Amino acid sequence: MSPSGERCKITYNTAFKRVFYEGKRPFFETNALSLSLDEVKRIALLARIAVSDGEAAAARDQLNGIFAMIEAMQRVDTAGVEPMAHAQEVTLRMREDEVTEADQHALFQSVAPQVQDGLYLVPKVIE
Amino acid sequence: MSPENASLRELSDALAAGKLSSVELTQAFLDRIAAANPRLNAFITVDPEASLAEARRADERRASGTAGPLTGIPVAHKDIWCARGWRTTCGSRMLANFTSPYDAHVVERFAAAGAVLLGKCNMDEFAMGSSNETSWFGPVRNPWNPDFVPGGSSGGSAAAVAARLAPAATGTDTGGSIRQPAALCGISGLKPTYGIVSRYGMVAFASSLDQGGPFAKSAADLALLLNVMAGFDARDSTSLEREPEDYTRCLAEPVAGASAGRPLAGLRLGLPRQYFGEGLSPDVARAVEAALAELRALGATTKAIDLPASDLAVPAYYVIAPAEASSNLSRFDGVRYGHRAAEYGDLIDMYCRTRAEGFGAEVKRRILIGTYVLSHGYYDAYYLKAQRIRRLIADDFARAFGEVDMIAGPTSPTVAFRLGAKTADPVQMYLNDIYTIPANLAGLPGLSIPAGFGEGGLPVGLQLVGNYFDEARMLGVGHQFQRVTDWHERVPPGY
Repeated sequence: MSPSGERCKITYNTAFKRVFYEGKRPFFETNALSLSLDEVKRIALLARIAVSDGEAAAARDQLNGIFAMIEAMQRVDTAGVEPMAHAQEVTLRMREDEVTEADQHALFQSVAPQVQDGLYLVPKVIE
Repeated sequence: MSPENASLRELSDALAAGKLSSVELTQAFLDRIAAANPRLNAFITVDPEASLAEARRADERRASGTAGPLTGIPVAHKDIWCARGWRTTCGSRMLANFTSPYDAHVVERFAAAGAVLLGKCNMDEFAMGSSNETSWFGPVRNPWNPDFVPGGSSGGSAAAVAARLAPAATGTDTGGSIRQPAALCGISGLKPTYGIVSRYGMVAFASSLDQGGPFAKSAADLALLLNVMAGFDARDSTSLEREPEDYTRCLAEPVAGASAGRPLAGLRLGLPRQYFGEGLSPDVARAVEAALAELRALGATTKAIDLPASDLAVPAYYVIAPAEASSNLSRFDGVRYGHRAAEYGDLIDMYCRTRAEGFGAEVKRRILIGTYVLSHGYYDAYYLKAQRIRRLIADDFARAFGEVDMIAGPTSPTVAFRLGAKTADPVQMYLNDIYTIPANLAGLPGLSIPAGFGEGGLPVGLQLVGNYFDEARMLGVGHQFQRVTDWHERVPPGY
């Protein structure tokens, strides 16, 4: 029998239930965060991504679904747990203070959208 | 022996004996790519002239007596690795016109070993996806059934090896992007311990999680590839300074005190209850149980263990990975390289339009999540909280490795799904990586090897998660399993 999309959906919904339901209470009753359209537009501006009203509305619905999933984190008590930023305890390496790179600006600027006299060109910022 | 089904060792021996030249071998794979790629879309860029020039140099090197084991063997790279003179797109419109001016460390290492760069493989855009459907260059199709996805994000690499279009390929794994496509395509794939393969020249997604690794038909082949890929590189600040290892050393005798009939005697495998629960599809469970029975017959013992915080791995990952991605992808601004919008007003408008045009929907979604969780007022509730859960997950593994040597379970909860089945619902897509993400958060090595077939005749993967730096022993276990099974030798019909 060939696995259908419907079959996969059932399997995943069960996984979802196991992970995100606590007892009989669904996660979305736990004050999951809900973004407004204006908040989505503000985040998009912070991220420097242009969005139309239609795109912002679609993004809001999907982001709210994702944040509802993420909200499951809040039910675990993590008081006193040291945040883990990295997989290994690494410290920055020191090295001798010497030149290690040759000047390759012409090569690196060969892939730039717009350059002139060794400078990257962008719209005028200061009048 | 047909070259496409030969092991790397067999190919290496044939090249050394002069039965085959690298030019002939490379041409044979280029011919296979030309025939199959139109229907699989596994490669974004193929440059036969460049590959054959490398093959000629490899043949000269072999003639001069300075060849290594991989000299002359074609290897395909995921299109996330910068390769000098090659277009390096990362599956994105943003980099569709980007020709790399430099080589990634991994690309340098393969070149130094004399391997031939066979082409650049398709992938989910910026490695964000579990189905290879977010690529700007179109989806990759699963060689076992073209209506099904190959997994992702390294879907092109996995499909290429599965369809015998390349004897080996590279990938990267941030939340399962090597292991999951390896499982869904019926091949072997390894995500090494974080820090042993340099990230220099890998387009960054989530830097505390990203790790390069190899794809091949067998665990023995993976060991040869890891010998080339792994190594200290000062240009990656998280590269670990360690003595070089021979990752093939456990292929003959993986566990001390074992016998030929029971080569895994003494090996203690932990089976996490959280990986065998309700979410696991029955067909995958059956195949994995059969594989575990095989491992027990080889002498291994199994016991149930608990990784309680694993249930929160997906939520924590979807805070941490997007947070790091939003920072990493801020470099794509249309100024120094990559796409720039054709029309714009001021500088901010240029950034906004360039990024709106250059990024696809999934990449934008993750940048927005990351921007939000790092923004003022939400940092503690999301980012720090996720990092604390990450610690709990790593602690679970540390506890488990006090009582078992290795952890075994399914790589993915289902076999491959149909193209389009999950594209409308990001959360459903994210749950594909429920069994692979915990190892990334902890930084542990993970191996996926073929373990039979499930519904629709689609492949199932068995995942082994080892303690830090235990790759050689994991590959040894995989090799012993592959000596008594032939799942890894099965070829998709028509290839």
